[in-house]
Amino acid sequence: MNNANDNANLDVTEYVTVMINEQLFGLPIARVEDVFMPVRMTRVPLSAAEIAGVLNLRGRIVTAIDMRRRLGLDKREDSRPPMAIGIEFKGESYGLVIDSVGEVLKLSESAREVNPVNLDARLARVSAGIFRLDGKLLVVLDVDRVLDLGSETLAA
Amino acid sequence: MDDLLREFLTETNESLDVVDVELVRFEQEPNNAKILDNIFRLVHTIKGTCGFLGLPRLEALAHAAETLMGKFRDGMAVTGEAVTLILSTIDRIKTLLDELERLQAEPEGEDRDLIDELERLVMAVAAAPAPAPMPESAPAIVPAVEPVAAAPADKPLGEPLGQGIGRALRPGEVSLDELERAFRETAPEPAPVKETAPAKSPASEPVARAKGGMAQTKAEKAAADRNAVPDADEQGHEAKVANQSIRVNVETLEHLMTMVSELVLTRNQLLEIVRRHEDSEFKVPLQRLSNVTAELQEGVMKTRMQPIGNAWQKLPRVVRDLANELNKQIELEMHGAETELDRQVLDLIKDPLTHMVRNSADHGLESTAERRAADKPEKGTIRLSAFHEGGHIIIEIADDGRGLNTDKIKAKVVANGLASEAEVEKMTEAQIHKYIFAPGFSTAAKVTSVSGRGVGMDVVRTNIDQIGGTIDVKSVIGEGSSFTIKIPLTLAIVSALIVEAAGDRFAIPQLSVIELVRAQTNSEHRIERIKDAPVLRLRNTLLPLIHLRTLLKIEGGVQSEPENGFIVVTQVGNQTFGIVVDGVFHTEEIVVKPMSSKLRHIAMFSGNTILGDGSVIMIIDPNGIARAVGSAATVRDEIGEGAEGQRTTVDQQTISLLVFRAGSPEPKAVPLSLVTRLEEVDSKKIELSNGRHLVQYRGHLMPLVLVNHSASVKSEGSQPLLVFSDVGRSMGLVVDEIVDIVEDRIEIEVASDTPGILGSAVIKGQATEILDVGHFLPLAFEDWFVRKESKRGVQPRTLLFVDDSAFFRNMLTPVLKAAGYQVTAVSSALDALELLKAGQTFDMVVTDIEMPEMNGFELAQAVRSEPHGTQMPIIALSSLTTPEAIERGREVGFHDYIAKFDRPGLIAALKQQAADMDQAA
Repeated sequence: MNNANDNANLDVTEYVTVMINEQLFGLPIARVEDVFMPVRMTRVPLSAAEIAGVLNLRGRIVTAIDMRRRLGLDKREDSRPPMAIGIEFKGESYGLVIDSVGEVLKLSESAREVNPVNLDARLARVSAGIFRLDGKLLVVLDVDRVLDLGSETLAA
Repeated sequence: MDDLLREFLTETNESLDVVDVELVRFEQEPNNAKILDNIFRLVHTIKGTCGFLGLPRLEALAHAAETLMGKFRDGMAVTGEAVTLILSTIDRIKTLLDELERLQAEPEGEDRDLIDELERLVMAVAAAPAPAPMPESAPAIVPAVEPVAAAPADKPLGEPLGQGIGRALRPGEVSLDELERAFRETAPEPAPVKETAPAKSPASEPVARAKGGMAQTKAEKAAADRNAVPDADEQGHEAKVANQSIRVNVETLEHLMTMVSELVLTRNQLLEIVRRHEDSEFKVPLQRLSNVTAELQEGVMKTRMQPIGNAWQKLPRVVRDLANELNKQIELEMHGAETELDRQVLDLIKDPLTHMVRNSADHGLESTAERRAADKPEKGTIRLSAFHEGGHIIIEIADDGRGLNTDKIKAKVVANGLASEAEVEKMTEAQIHKYIFAPGFSTAAKVTSVSGRGVGMDVVRTNIDQIGGTIDVKSVIGEGSSFTIKIPLTLAIVSALIVEAAGDRFAIPQLSVIELVRAQTNSEHRIERIKDAPVLRLRNTLLPLIHLRTLLKIEGGVQSEPENGFIVVTQVGNQTFGIVVDGVFHTEEIVVKPMSSKLRHIAMFSGNTILGDGSVIMIIDPNGIARAVGSAATVRDEIGEGAEGQRTTVDQQTISLLVFRAGSPEPKAVPLSLVTRLEEVDSKKIELSNGRHLVQYRGHLMPLVLVNHSASVKSEGSQPLLVFSDVGRSMGLVVDEIVDIVEDRIEIEVASDTPGILGSAVIKGQATEILDVGHFLPLAFEDWFVRKESKRGVQPRTLLFVDDSAFFRNMLTPVLKAAGYQVTAVSSALDALELLKAGQTFDMVVTDIEMPEMNGFELAQAVRSEPHGTQMPIIALSSLTTPEAIERGREVGFHDYIAKFDRPGLIAALKQQAADMDQAA
C-alpha cells in the first residue's frame, strides 16, 4: 500500500486506522488494547459532552468517549453500529467510539509531517502529525491529548 | 529489602506501639510491676535485635532507655519527666526505623542529647537512691540481693559474670544488680517457665544470637527470658495464638479481594441468566457455587477485618502528651476496641479520629480551673466507643467538656459569610452546630499547636464523606459534645437499593436510606407543591423532595405523574430529604468500583458498579444530593423545621406562615404549625348535606368551612383545602388557592372586628389578614369545644396569660378560651404581677419566656414569692426549648414548659395541671 516498509524497518510504526466522519485517523498500535463494539452503554448524567457513557467490557468498567463529539463533529447519520478502540490511560480503561475500523498500516516515522497550519483547531489539538497516503491524509491521534478532557473544556 | 530486616521493622514497630500505650498506662499506675515488666521486656528485645543486626545507634538508644526503666524497677519514683523522656526516646527510635526502612541502613548520627538526658536521670537516682514513692523499700533491695544470689539456681548462670567490672557499662551490658534482680523476681514461680519458654523463644532467640561471643551472653539471655516470666500466663497465651497466624502481605489480600469481587459479579450474572431459564440443569450447581462464593466473600472480608483498637493505639499517648502540653487532666476511656472493620476503612478513619480526639482535648475540655469553677470533676473525660449496627460501625467520641458554643459558631458563620444573620437566626441549634464541618471553619480564637488551624472538622468530614460515612454532632453547653460517626464496615461491597429514573437504573447505598414511601394521588402520601417546590408531608414534617431525573438532568423512560412516584427518604447527617424516582427494584449487594477520573468530578455519584445482568450503573452519593437539596431548597428546609414547631433558637418570633387566598383577592395567612395537611379534593366529591359542605376524607365525613360569606366552594376542578385536625376530628377550610409559605415575623398592626380574622399584618411586604383558627373550629362542629368543656366540669377555671406579642395573645387566647378557661391576657410580666398584687387570683398562669423588662423566669420567681403564688401552677410557653432552658424553668418553679407552637401540648399540659388540682382539692 505504501513503500515506507521497504526502506526503513526501524522507524516504522504500526497504526490502527479508524474512520471518523469520512476522515482517516491512525492510532499507534502499541496504545490499542482492544477493538470492540460498544453495547449496553450506560449514559452518565452530568458528565462532559464527550463522554458517551460507561460499559462493561469483560468485567472492567470502560469509559467511552464519543470521538465525533470530541472533535466537534455532528452526530452520525447512518445507522451502522459504531466501533470502539480500547485504550489504557493511567491505569483506567477508555473506549474511543469511532465510526469504523480499518486496516493496520505500517508507516515510516520519517514520513510523518507536522500539522498543517490550517488544520481545524479541534483536530490540531489532538493530532500528533499527519501522513500523506495515496490520495488521502491520515491524522495521527495523540491518545493522551484525546483523553485530556479537562483542560480542553476550559479552553473551549 | 532483606527479609530479616523487614521482619525486624514490622516486629519492632509493633512492639513500640505497645510500649507507647503501656508507658502511658504505667505512668498512671506506677506500682504495676506487670506493665513495667512488659515494657522492659519489649525494649530489651528491641535492644537485643538491634545489636544482632548491627544497628549501634538504635541499640544505644534502647539501652539507655532500658537502663532508666531498670531504675523504675529499683523503686525510683516514676516521674512525668522520666516517662516523657522515654517516650521521646521511643519517638526517636521510630524515626530511625523509618529512615532505616527508607535507606536500608541505619542513618548516620548521634543521639547524645537523649542518651545524656537518660543517663543524667539514671545518675540522679544513683546519687540519691530512690527517694520516693516507697522510701522504705528502697534500701531493702540491697540486702535482699545477697540471699537470692546465693540460691543454687543462679549459680551456673551467675558465674561467668565478674563481680564489679570496674568500668561503666557498655551498651548491651547488664549490671549485676539487674541480673540478680531478674533471678530474684522469677524465683518464686519457676513452674510456668517451662511451658511458656517455647512460645517465647522466637522473640528471644535473636537476642541470644546477637550476643554471641560476648561473655555475658548466657546471663543476658537468661535475664531476658526470665524477665518475661512475671506475666508469663498472658504472654504465653498470646504467643500461642501468634504461632497459629502468619503474616500476609496486604497486597496479596487486596488482590484476593478484587478477585472475589469479580467472582461475585460473575456469579450474579450467572444467576441472572439461570433466572431466565426455568428448567435449567445449572440451577443446582449454581446454587452451590453461589453459596460457596458467599462464604468465600465473607472469608476474604474477614481477613481484611481488623479491630478498631488498631486505629486507637496511638491515642493514649496523644492524649497524655496533650494533657501535659495543655496542662489539663484528661482521662481517655475506650470501649469496644475489639470491634472489627475493614482495614481500608480503618486506615481512612485513623487520622480523622486522632484529629477529633485532639479537638476534644483541646477545645472540648475546659482547663482544670474552669472545670473546678463549673463544679465538675477536675479530670475531664474523653470517651471513645465503637460498636456494630447493621452493616455499619458506629464510632462515638464524647467529652464532658464545655460543649459547643452556639453563639460563637453563629457569629463565625456570619463573619465567614456562610450564611446571613437572618438565616442563622432561623436555624435550630443542631443546624448551627453542623457548621463546624463547613470548610475553613474554626472557632478557636487562639490558634494552638494542638488544633485550631482552620483545617479541622471539614477535613474530618471530607474524609468520612469519602468512605460513604456520616458524621453528626450533639452538644449541650456546659455538659459536653458527642460526635457520632457512622461508616460502612467495608467499602468494597455495599448493600444498595436499585432504583429507576428516566429509564436508567441507579444504586442508592442503603446506609442513608431511611424508608421508602409510595406517593399517589389521593393516597395518604402525596407529592404536594409549595410554589413549585415539591414536598411530602410525612408524619407532620414537610420533607423537601428532589426528583432524581431533574437533578441529573436526564430524560426518557416512563415519567410518573407529578403527584405519584416512589420517594426514597434519605438522611445525611441531620438533613432528611426525599429522592423521587420512577421505580424501585430491589436491594443488591454491589461491588463498588471507583468512577473514572474523567467522571469523578460529578458530585452526585460516588462510584459505579456492574449489576448481575452485566450492565454498568451509577452509585448515587447521598452527600452530593444532600448538598444539592440544601442549596436548591433552603426555603423548603426551613418550612420543614417550622412545621415541626421545634425551633430551639431564640428566633425573634419569626414563624412559618401559610399564605392563601379565600373569598377575596387579599392574601390571608395562618401559622403553618396549626395546619395539619394541605389537601386538594375533586369538587365533584364535595357533598351538600343539611346545608353544610362535606367531603369524604380518610373514611370519615369531614365538614368544610368557608372563610366568609363571599367565599365559595368551587363547582368544578379541584378544591384546595387546609385541613385542621384536633383529637381525631378534622375540618377543611375552603380556600381559593395556596399562595406560598413564608417565614416572617408577624406583628398584628390593625386588629380586626371581623369574626375569624385576628387582624392584619405585613407579610413579605403585603398587608395580609391573619386567620383566627379558633373561630372556625366550632363552625365545623358545634360541639368542638363543648365536648371538651363538658368533660372538664362546669366551673371554668381562671387563667392569666402573659405574652408581649399581640399576635400570640390574639392567637392563643381563643384557643385557651375554647379549652374552657376564663382568660385574662396581659402584655407584660409587670402587668401580670400588678394584677396578682392587687389580689386577683388565678387558677394558673401561662407565660411567655422572652419578654422585655421582665422575662418569664423572673416573673415565675416573683410569683412564687407572692403569698398566693407559692402553689399556683405556672406554665412556660417559649420558642426557647433547649434542655438548659427547661432545666432553668424547673428551677424557678415552672410546672411545665411548652414549645410555643405546640398547641396540643399546651392543652395537654393545662389538662394535666387541672387534673392535679382536682386531685389536690
